[in-house]
Amino acid sequence: MHNTLVIIKKQLKDTLKNKTVLIQFLLFPMLTLIFEHAISIPDMPELFFTKLFSVMYMGMAPLTAAAAIISEEKEKNTLRVLMMANVKPWEYLSGVGIYVWMICMAGAGVMSTSLPASDIPFYLGVMAVGFLISIAAGACVGIFAPNQMVSTSMVMPVMLVLSFAPMLAMFNDKIEKAAGIFYTQQIRLLLNNMTFDGIKPECFVTVAVNAALAVILFFAAFRKKGLE
Amino acid sequence: MIKAVKLCKRFADKEVLSGIDLEINPGMIFGLLGPSGAGKTTLIKIITGQLVFESGEVKVLGKNVSELTGEDKKQIGIMMDNHGMYERMSCIDNLKIFADIYGVPYSKTVEALNAVGLAGSAKKPAMKLSKGMRARLQLARVLMISPKLLFLDEPTSGLDPVTMKYIHKLILDQKANGCTVFLTTHNMEEAAELCDEVALLNEGKIIERAAPDKVCRKYNHRKRIKIHLTTGEDIELEHDQKAGESIMKLMSDGRIETIHSSEPDLETVFIELTGRKLENAEEAEYA
Ligand SMILES: Nc1ncnc2c1ncn2[C@@H]1O[C@H](COP(=O)(O)OP(=O)(O)OP(=O)(O)O)[C@@H](O)[C@H]1O
Ligand SMILES: [Mg+2]
Repeated sequence: MHNTLVIIKKQLKDTLKNKTVLIQFLLFPMLTLIFEHAISIPDMPELFFTKLFSVMYMGMAPLTAAAAIISEEKEKNTLRVLMMANVKPWEYLSGVGIYVWMICMAGAGVMSTSLPASDIPFYLGVMAVGFLISIAAGACVGIFAPNQMVSTSMVMPVMLVLSFAPMLAMFNDKIEKAAGIFYTQQIRLLLNNMTFDGIKPECFVTVAVNAALAVILFFAAFRKKGLE
Repeated sequence: MIKAVKLCKRFADKEVLSGIDLEINPGMIFGLLGPSGAGKTTLIKIITGQLVFESGEVKVLGKNVSELTGEDKKQIGIMMDNHGMYERMSCIDNLKIFADIYGVPYSKTVEALNAVGLAGSAKKPAMKLSKGMRARLQLARVLMISPKLLFLDEPTSGLDPVTMKYIHKLILDQKANGCTVFLTTHNMEEAAELCDEVALLNEGKIIERAAPDKVCRKYNHRKRIKIHLTTGEDIELEHDQKAGESIMKLMSDGRIETIHSSEPDLETVFIELTGRKLENAEEAEYA
């Protein structure tokens, strides 16, 4: 537990210095603020950008950040030093996970400012769960990839699918159906609704299956590769 | 402090360590010498629990490696050449992370930076350090925890003579504080200067083990005299009466530029024992 806090502290210190990860954290919250305030198109659904960008953020930032942090630490051989200092793998991974989650929640907090106050708890709750799934998926890549190059190329397709599926789903029914198997699309439906009332059970099932899959893959990757 | 009995380790089909027996007493600096690829790093990794081994026994601080507790590990400092730094973070922040993990006060990080002569670069990010500065920062990271047992894998390889001397002094300081040091090196002078005992590792076995000067004396039968002549020629003579006469003659002819008697150093002992030079064992294998 102590070591987990040390890892979180270390990451917080690194946040402003680590430009590649920082951009991931800032991009969508900033785009959201700008678009919501600067652009208004007639007939546009209410809070269109907030809702769309929120799920894109969910599919991108936690995934790339978690993968980048873990794989960099392997590439630069700092993880080895942590292990020698008796930091346990789970302490390290939960430190990184909690850190990414906190920063993403802060980003979601920024994005929620356009929402009516009464919707904010629902919004943050749903985002919180989505972030966790993305972090598990990202950590899975981070554990698997020996260095940042490999990590980036493994993350890219996953990230594109997860974050663009909800956007492409708007174009036609076929894509919407296909996109429905991803938690990001389901969470987009939840955000459009802003309440659990009237949501189909499939939605919860899909999110649960996605979550289970991410967690299983995470443990499988960890068992196979450990943190070396 | 450290004890290994009949330790064997193989990678796939290659036996790297074949029956290492070793005992290292508290408070001494122990140097492990051997050609590249001899298995020095492998041995350190095994003793520090980073690698598993096939057979034999290894005890550190009186316990089997696998039984070392978190508290035990906090007394062991390890510096390996493949250990990294947090590149974007400053020197002092790099140390603070580990101060937090080891539970040592931040004042120690400042002391450690002073000790390795990096106080002026405390705020510099690690990626902007030179090679010698990096080595010293790495050393600061292990010294900061005031270890009882210190492992240094080639602590001075590739460093300039000044930094090297500086690091030697730090290592000797540790010994003065009662720390046991286990180091590996290719540098014979370094081993002779620092170590209370050296062991020569070759082809998976420890082939010689004693105090450095003792090892040299043991192989002293190769005492020779080297003469550089004014004509630019070099000649080598055995240490005997005949040599005395030749030298007299050369001297009276005024043909001697310099004259040395060469005691065997660890380097020559090593060559004699293994038939190969320390640095290029791998090359020799290909030849
Ligand atoms: N992970 C590994 N897998 C397979 N073989 C390995 C591994 N690590 C080391 N070896 C082999 O074990 C032998 C000893 O390697 P080791 O790194 O211990 O040598 P060394 O004495 O430290 O050499 P150097 O002086 O160059 O650092 C080498 O032949 C090396 O190829
Ligand atoms: Mg080595």
